[in-house]
Amino acid sequence: MTEAELMECGEKERQRFEAQPLRIGCCMSSGCLSNGSAAVLEALRASALGSDVFPVGCMGPCSRGPLVWVRRGSEIRTYQQLRPELAARAVEGAIDPRHVVSPDDPFFSRQLRIVTSHCGVINPERLEDAVAGGAYRALAQVLREWEPARVCEELTRSGLRGRGGAGYPTGVKWNLVRKASGGQKFVIANGDEGDPGAYMDRAVMESDPHRVLEGMAIAGYAVGANHGFIYVRGEYPTAVHRLDMAVKQATRRGILGKSVLGTKFEFHVEVRIGAGAFVCGEETALIASIEGGRGMPRPRPPYPADVGLFGKPTLINNVETLAAVAPICERGADWFASIGTPTSKGTKVFALSGAVVNTGLIEVPMGTTLREIVFDIGGGIPGGKRLKAVQTGGPSGGCIPEQFLDTPVDYESLTRLGSIMGSGGMIVMDETSSMVDVARFFMEFCRDESCGKCVPCRVGTVQMHRLLDKIMAEQATLEDLALLEDLCDVVRHTSLCGLGQSAPNPVLSTLRYFRHEYEARIQNRRRLTSTRRPLELVSVNGSVAAPAKGGSI
Amino acid sequence: MSVRTFTLNDQLITAAAGQSILAAAREHGIAIPTLCELEGLSTVGACRLCLVEVAGSQRLLPACTTEVQEGMTVVSESPRLKHYRQTILELFLAERNHVCAVCVSNNHCELQNRAVEQGVTHVRFDYLMPTLPVDMSHDRFGVDHNRCILCTRCVRVCDEVEGAHTWDIMGRGFQARVITDMAEPWGDSTSCTSCGKCVQVCPTGALFDKRATAGGMVKQPSFVKVLQHARARKESQ
Repeated sequence: MTEAELMECGEKERQRFEAQPLRIGCCMSSGCLSNGSAAVLEALRASALGSDVFPVGCMGPCSRGPLVWVRRGSEIRTYQQLRPELAARAVEGAIDPRHVVSPDDPFFSRQLRIVTSHCGVINPERLEDAVAGGAYRALAQVLREWEPARVCEELTRSGLRGRGGAGYPTGVKWNLVRKASGGQKFVIANGDEGDPGAYMDRAVMESDPHRVLEGMAIAGYAVGANHGFIYVRGEYPTAVHRLDMAVKQATRRGILGKSVLGTKFEFHVEVRIGAGAFVCGEETALIASIEGGRGMPRPRPPYPADVGLFGKPTLINNVETLAAVAPICERGADWFASIGTPTSKGTKVFALSGAVVNTGLIEVPMGTTLREIVFDIGGGIPGGKRLKAVQTGGPSGGCIPEQFLDTPVDYESLTRLGSIMGSGGMIVMDETSSMVDVARFFMEFCRDESCGKCVPCRVGTVQMHRLLDKIMAEQATLEDLALLEDLCDVVRHTSLCGLGQSAPNPVLSTLRYFRHEYEARIQNRRRLTSTRRPLELVSVNGSVAAPAKGGSI
Repeated sequence: MSVRTFTLNDQLITAAAGQSILAAAREHGIAIPTLCELEGLSTVGACRLCLVEVAGSQRLLPACTTEVQEGMTVVSESPRLKHYRQTILELFLAERNHVCAVCVSNNHCELQNRAVEQGVTHVRFDYLMPTLPVDMSHDRFGVDHNRCILCTRCVRVCDEVEGAHTWDIMGRGFQARVITDMAEPWGDSTSCTSCGKCVQVCPTGALFDKRATAGGMVKQPSFVKVLQHARARKESQ
């Protein structure tokens, strides 16, 4: 397929859309699928025979799923919590208003969708749908007009930084690989998303797989690689299936393969599936896993840009980073750089979860405040409770307390607060959450996911978890707390890879803002030992809870 | 051969291009503590004892895997490093059963030696001591997982020098264990050549000769260096 044929394919498809009086998209992303959207799709098909009823990707407000949009002529309506028995009414448009999503819903109006612009709009299982939406146009333009060096330069100018969490400037990384010596080079898309409560990459891979492939192909052209791998975690079967389909479709149509869009550029893509290890999201462990070895990290330097997959220079980017590439190439670096803050450009996708009314996937410009995210887009805290903290960055991140809610979300601000941007997990916690328990939860996660190669992480996480357990059980002393803090310092500075180095972060950040909760539990122990009160009867704030009788108080 | 000059603990040192900080330091008689590293085997940077401070690097770097760069400034002894090394050794000692008095390698143990050298006088952490199996199915050798520190020297010597790759690692984190073949008894291993290289390179009493009694297992890990040297000479002839 050449560029002209690509354009023609898109045009034809758009004309087909126009000719359809009724088009219905039903979310078939993991969130809605688990809410039973497969049955809804069937019911919609049965009620709208002859019309175009198809699966689409994630629309965002996952807690309100299954989500469906119905397009009649130029009018679009979105329905929420649609059960199969309501399908016929949705098609007719005569449905209870509580199933209708208002077009002015702040959940949607406060967002800016760039990376996820096609998510929930196109059918991720059809190449033509993606092409009609503009997929591969940026790739064609880059191949036609730009030298590889120019691509790197544009990306550097756009200010795009790694969305996996570390925030390394993407253009600089691309340039490093481009300049690395050696004939064979590789591109890897890191889709081994594993933070608890984070599913940004899953949504992108499930909803718009061609966007990821396009980013990879542009990356391959820019750095001089002819082969790419997408490493997807094994727990994402839908993403694997759709990526597999997308690779096959794109290869069959000559968008990938020996001659990309009829040019001399060659680029092949393979999907590789992880086997359930969180640490394989670390780039050197991921590379070991693709090579067929045990997924364990190795010390850096040398960085993958010099010595990567099979010893060759390798560009490894997060899925979300690669998904931002095509819009940047198409609309220009200046446009992208005009969004966001001086140091963090563009938008960021977050997976909003926890004690918040609207849980789901959102994309906002960098610099949006946490308050806007939690209260305007997220709809606030349910049950009239108070917000206590927002956890960002998963097990590598930290908790940001309520008083910093007006902080703009960008790489530097979050780091200053002792958390990190991370990959995009954002867990909202209300006043009922115990911060010691939160720290313990993440430590347990790190303990279970440590690969066991280096001692500080392998044993340090076990010991830190035990100390947190002890504090939770009100058995700890101030010496235990001091030992925990010392161990946090040691593990942070001596662990081999990012997993161990960041494992103490949830403890350190909760200690920074909620030290009194730790101390209260230690105080309680003292009181207990002096009065010999039974342990269960004393709560965090020291008041004695009455034992519940017969379910009523 | 191109030469690199760098500063180690205020001392100007020359090293061959591509040489690690550890190798260069050793050549100049500066000891940096190690456990997983063994001359003649590949380096993995796992034990974290050889971490050094490198000016300009935010992170501490393992001396065994970090190549000397022209003009770099390295510090291998400081109160901070000492504290880290002691804590790491404490974590080692608290992980499994490292009761020296009843160990075949007592007085010939690298973990014990490091602990003494670094001045570890007590362990601040709970002794975890999971109950792990002892495999005595091999004719001549035994493996006591309770003494293993997962340095992977056995895995590397078996793969890189003997070429059998009988040993490997199974499980992750605290559950990780060295295994023979597909976690079968050592005695049933079809790939093991019974060469005993793994036993000789094991820094603790985890791998031992069955005839050894407490304190009797003296190891000769330096053979790897000699063997690799001889092989390299033969290849160059």
